[in-house]
Amino acid sequence: MNALKRHCALMFLAGVLLLLPLALPNNYYYDIAIHMAINAIIVLGLNLLIGFAGQISLGHAGFIGIGAYASAILPTHFGWHPIFAMVAGAAMASAIAAIVARPIFRLKGHYLAMATLGLGIIIAIVIKNEAAYTGGPDGMPVAALGLMGFSISGEKQWYWVLAVMLLFSFWAAQNLIDSPFGRALRALHGSEVAAQVMGVDIVRYKAAIFVLSAFFASLMGSVTAHYVGFVAPNIADFFHSIELMIMVVIGGMASIYGSLIGAVLLTALPQALSTFEGWETVAYGSILLLCMIFMPKGLVPTLAARFGRNDQEEH
Amino acid sequence: MLSQFLQFLFSGITVGATYALAALGFTLIYNASNVINFAQGEFIMVGGMLAFFFMQSGIPMPLAILLAIAISALVGILLVKLAIEPARDAEVVALIIITLGASLVIRGVIQIWLGKGVHSYPAFSGNEPIQIAGATLLPQSLWVLAITALVVVALWYFFSRTLAGKAILATSCNRLAAQLVGINTQRVLLVSFALSAALGAIGGVLLTPITLTSYDVGIMLGLKGFVAAVVGGLGSGLGAVLGGLLVGIIEAMAAGYISSAYKDAIPFILILFILFFMPRGIFGAQVTERV
Repeated sequence: MNALKRHCALMFLAGVLLLLPLALPNNYYYDIAIHMAINAIIVLGLNLLIGFAGQISLGHAGFIGIGAYASAILPTHFGWHPIFAMVAGAAMASAIAAIVARPIFRLKGHYLAMATLGLGIIIAIVIKNEAAYTGGPDGMPVAALGLMGFSISGEKQWYWVLAVMLLFSFWAAQNLIDSPFGRALRALHGSEVAAQVMGVDIVRYKAAIFVLSAFFASLMGSVTAHYVGFVAPNIADFFHSIELMIMVVIGGMASIYGSLIGAVLLTALPQALSTFEGWETVAYGSILLLCMIFMPKGLVPTLAARFGRNDQEEH
Repeated sequence: MLSQFLQFLFSGITVGATYALAALGFTLIYNASNVINFAQGEFIMVGGMLAFFFMQSGIPMPLAILLAIAISALVGILLVKLAIEPARDAEVVALIIITLGASLVIRGVIQIWLGKGVHSYPAFSGNEPIQIAGATLLPQSLWVLAITALVVVALWYFFSRTLAGKAILATSCNRLAAQLVGINTQRVLLVSFALSAALGAIGGVLLTPITLTSYDVGIMLGLKGFVAAVVGGLGSGLGAVLGGLLVGIIEAMAAGYISSAYKDAIPFILILFILFFMPRGIFGAQVTERV
């Protein structure tokens, strides 16, 4: 992909984020936009793992949970500064990812799905059980995020913080994919043996991208905790992992634009479905089924192919 | 000491038998279509919930149970017809999401229809516990074990002695070759889903008097069944049964001797260790992958 197109996409996203507040009538819509941005950043990281490197993870919410609870527990129980707590959470999530990465990425397909799923569920159960620190199933409040005497509060401030974070993540993902690292990832997705023959240390690359996506997930977990001001164990549960994976797949695997679209659509969907009163679960499930049956490659790649553009350029 | 051990063993084997049935369901579908059916746990839930519903509407117990199992099998067939077949050539991840979507639909429908309450019905033959060396065994546990054993024998007969069973085995070995010798692989897919839905429902029907049921019990039971199937090497029927019993017993032992709060985590800790050290499960065959 050429640099010009990349810059255009980045400028376009910046423009949308800049103009969006004009279209947001009240704090409720700001709130949805903020959650969309949070999910988009997580999904960008997850798509690098699932879409580009071709490695499934059914336990990513576990890492989000680690970040969220680090930001909740360390300042409340140990008096840490929230920024240090956030960094510590991200470091812990990365460390866990790094430790399990070697044995996990010798596995493939369904065995890999099982291992990541198990890891996520174990983290969720620990959070639910260590009630003395985590508040158990009831959750716990989170202190405000302050930096040098200035604390971020209110939907409008958080919106701009997340807009900047999203732009940075988008830019970073774009660059990563076109770097030698990104090419190595795509190579091992194409054929692990071929990549190995070409000198790509496949387990090391898979581990690196796993750690990176865990790092981002944990960071966004911390951000969510501070923004909402409260954490509950469902942030780490199996469903949240599935929701994130669905965002990746519906938007389009190995498509950066797809990650954004997937996150935006699936964050909005439960809001839109709340009018169905009781039928939300059925509607949500049916929409997933229909999307996967009719667009198994995801929205963005399918539409791109439909309108005659080269699929390869969508990276 | 011994009585306590026996007590944990009994409860482990009872729950393990249900995991075994779920794991057999996973294995069947995996062999026939290479799909991990994440809706498998929902069949366990549907079986228990429907049996409860029919009994509550005044249908005699045996008939209610048969109806519940038959309808679950029907749901399995619908799942193939409406979701799996239309997406025949999708990637593994897409198929996983399809089965997850289906499980949400099933759970949602049951939740709307039968509500969010926790339900149960009387055990098949009373609640008078049987004393064995100081430990108590519920009659319902015997039902669970006996019927699971019966199902396993019936499945063994089906797969080794009947043409239909052999057709399924042939399809799981090599779909194209099976097609070439005239096996209707479409039908094989239908039969596999119907059969594993029925297996799940049987597990649910048997377990409900002991552990109760509600619209959301399917997820955990299904995931543990998946653990059992992977412990057994994913694809091996005998492995699935042994895996189910093993997961159930280890879970009960660890809950009893170590920590009951972490009961649900134990199967997943177990599977991580197994996968780290035996990447193809305990009973998995050595496979050389072709490039």
